[in-house]
Amino acid sequence: MSQLPPIEPDLNEAAAGAAAPSTVAATDQQSNFELKEVEGLSQGRIVWRRFLRHRGAMISAVILLLVVLMAFTSEGIDAAGITIHGWWPYTYTQLTTLHGGGAPTWQHPFGEDSLGRDMFAIVMRGCQQSLTIVFVVGIISVVIGVIIGAASGFFRGWIDTILMRFTDIVLIIPLIVLTATLGRRYGAHGPLILAVVLGLASWTALARLVRGDFLSLREREFVDAARVAGASPWRIMMVHILPNAIGVIIVNTTLLMSATILTESAVSFLGFGVQAPDVSLGSVIGEYQAAFATRPWLFFWPAAFIVIISLTINFIGDGLRDAFDPRQKRALNKAARKAAAAAREKARAESAASTQPA
Amino acid sequence: MLTFLSRRLLASIIVLLLASYLVYILSANAGDPLEALRTSTAKNKEELIEQRIQQLGLNVPTPLRYFLWLGGILKVFVGHFTLGQTISGTPVTTAVGNAAIVTLQLIIASVVLAIIFGVLIGITTALRQYSGYDYTVTFLAFLFFSLPSFFIAVVLKAYLGITFNNYLADPHVAWWAYVFIPLIIGGAAAGVSGGTRRFRFVTFVIATIATLAVVVFIAATNWFVTPTLGAADIVIVAIVSVALALLVTVLTTGLRNRKALYTGLTAVAVGLVAYFPFIQISGQLQLWSLSLLGLLTIAVGLLIGYLYGGHDRGQSMRNGAIIAFITGLVIVINRFMQSWNVYVNEVVSGRPIATVGSGTPDLNSMTSSFWIHGLDTYTHLLLPTISLCLISIAGYSRYMRSNLLDVMNSDYIRTARAKGLNQRTVVMRHAFRNSLIPLTTIVAFDLGALLGGAVITENVFAWSGMGKLFTDALHNVDVNSLMGYFVVAGVAVVVFNLLADVAYSALDPRIRIAA
Repeated sequence: MSQLPPIEPDLNEAAAGAAAPSTVAATDQQSNFELKEVEGLSQGRIVWRRFLRHRGAMISAVILLLVVLMAFTSEGIDAAGITIHGWWPYTYTQLTTLHGGGAPTWQHPFGEDSLGRDMFAIVMRGCQQSLTIVFVVGIISVVIGVIIGAASGFFRGWIDTILMRFTDIVLIIPLIVLTATLGRRYGAHGPLILAVVLGLASWTALARLVRGDFLSLREREFVDAARVAGASPWRIMMVHILPNAIGVIIVNTTLLMSATILTESAVSFLGFGVQAPDVSLGSVIGEYQAAFATRPWLFFWPAAFIVIISLTINFIGDGLRDAFDPRQKRALNKAARKAAAAAREKARAESAASTQPA
Repeated sequence: MLTFLSRRLLASIIVLLLASYLVYILSANAGDPLEALRTSTAKNKEELIEQRIQQLGLNVPTPLRYFLWLGGILKVFVGHFTLGQTISGTPVTTAVGNAAIVTLQLIIASVVLAIIFGVLIGITTALRQYSGYDYTVTFLAFLFFSLPSFFIAVVLKAYLGITFNNYLADPHVAWWAYVFIPLIIGGAAAGVSGGTRRFRFVTFVIATIATLAVVVFIAATNWFVTPTLGAADIVIVAIVSVALALLVTVLTTGLRNRKALYTGLTAVAVGLVAYFPFIQISGQLQLWSLSLLGLLTIAVGLLIGYLYGGHDRGQSMRNGAIIAFITGLVIVINRFMQSWNVYVNEVVSGRPIATVGSGTPDLNSMTSSFWIHGLDTYTHLLLPTISLCLISIAGYSRYMRSNLLDVMNSDYIRTARAKGLNQRTVVMRHAFRNSLIPLTTIVAFDLGALLGGAVITENVFAWSGMGKLFTDALHNVDVNSLMGYFVVAGVAVVVFNLLADVAYSALDPRIRIAA
């Protein structure tokens, strides 16, 4: 690769410049403003800055963080033999005296269920389990989806054929069927096992997207350069291609996670997910759906937390998508935005003036 | 094309076979099919267990038992097609057949409505990009994406169903309905209309007053209790039909095209003339005769357009057919409403919106009227359809919005504008049609997935469709039923994916399937 290919873009630019000189000048000026602001920053920092400026995503991230903190500190942690007590006086299995049919009081802000268990404790425990499942499913799906997608996109040929047919096989089984069937078998072994099982079922979409990205990236010059320099396939995939595909992966994992909380709660709602005495948000709703008309607090609190978690993750995903989008031309701060707008306005006025008959 | 199809079909069959093997192994290991018997107190317990083991072939190891099951399917070539027996000993094929019919009933209405509303909302938000209306709809779409389907279903059941039934028992419109409903509708209309501030304000005022008038009318006549004025119904039918005819003409040809406009109005007039004879004979109608009448209506519409003639006869004919059909629909809906009172009081004793099941039990013994049976189906469909719709609408409207935005920024739209076409022609004729193409793919995927049953919705509303079949089968570890379910669901997914590909290449000439 010692010879440089002929530089064609120049010709194109010249042609475009001849056709519409003022527009080219305007976009140049505009991109100058954008460049000045991101000058000397790595791609990661640019994306991070864009994400921080996405108001909806930032608010959502803060809310999600608060929910996570609240869920894990209030009820404490009780997993893998470690028990840490939380600051909330009741646990989710503790029976308390039932006041006034369990309606919300100062003592039990979310009310009590028919047995006298504190609803706040139950909902927080449900949040813990649902959040754990969401994150574990996210991690497992990323690992499997990226490995399968990367291998089949990079190696192509028979490896691609086999892996993609395998993906098709998993994809053709409706997700709810796959998860419920696995949940029926493994749900009783605790939420962690359930999460692993759900993760084994939900990587397919990610694998296809990663494959598509790898297929196009492997044809790029920098991959050729790496190969000529003697890099191993593993190194090319991990060091050269994967960082370029990271946007697709992160965004879609986030969206997958927000879908997972709905899948998990649906499966638990049907009774194939988290089993009693443990609770997840879906199983609480499934248990109390009949009590909806008479004691709505048994239904609304867990539902509200499902919606909060799913909505915030969705918004974060949206913010990430905007942040990673290379077509996103929005300047990064207000001053730069104003300057760019002014430049555009000027260019527009100029071009309008030039097209006016003299 | 044929090579492509056969190759895809072959690959799909292989994938289906392997997937069915996977599902078989997973579901056979999901639990113990003899659990219910083991804990039973029957005296001949051992015998019953032995009998069931024989019946389901449980003494054959699972990986091999699959081939027994597959053998049943392969017998289709010798005319002994079987999907095995359910855990209670009945053939799976009948169970699956019944469930599939129920599910079809459930999803068709919701898919059609979701497409109509999704497309409408998508177009309006795309045309009013970055307006307050657009932002509101975007937020609502996000919200509905994030709502678990069972939450929507349970809330609808408790609030919409029960509140409406209570309202019928005591028809009294609360004060807030007079204030908020008109304001919300007026606000939405102003958001959709766009234009100058003054124009939007006028739209807002007109829409608010019109809605208020409708609410007052409903409250004054107790419309939901007796949605009919007797013979005076024809006035309402006339007003609604003429309004719809004008709307359709504005959207398809514009009011400037007088021939098309007159065709539409004539079609409405013919419909009104046929109104009383139709009501006379309606008692004897059945579904097939009504469908024939529908075809006849469309033919009459086409004929009216043909007779008006002119240099674009085709447009007039199309307009006539659409408006004739809509007028017919309005009349049929009116006929249904005339049976409403009978239905509410005599069949369901005052609580028409059903929250459970797909039909009133033993309705057949009460009446054979097509109209009463129709109403019964609709009242049972209402809530599940809405809950299925809302989530699909959220998806479709977002998709349609981004499609239309893409198309509106393309060069040929600029060309169309440059040659002086008006906004209606550019949007409806050039942009709208092309932005529908990608939607067909999504709808086909969705249909394929939905044929596997709306598991959650069916569960909440106690419909015994495919979803119920699946959950029951999984609860009882009834492998044969579950496999029967999977055969239908899996084949539906495969077939509709294939259809989506074919439809896409047929609609978009830029896509060519590599043969």
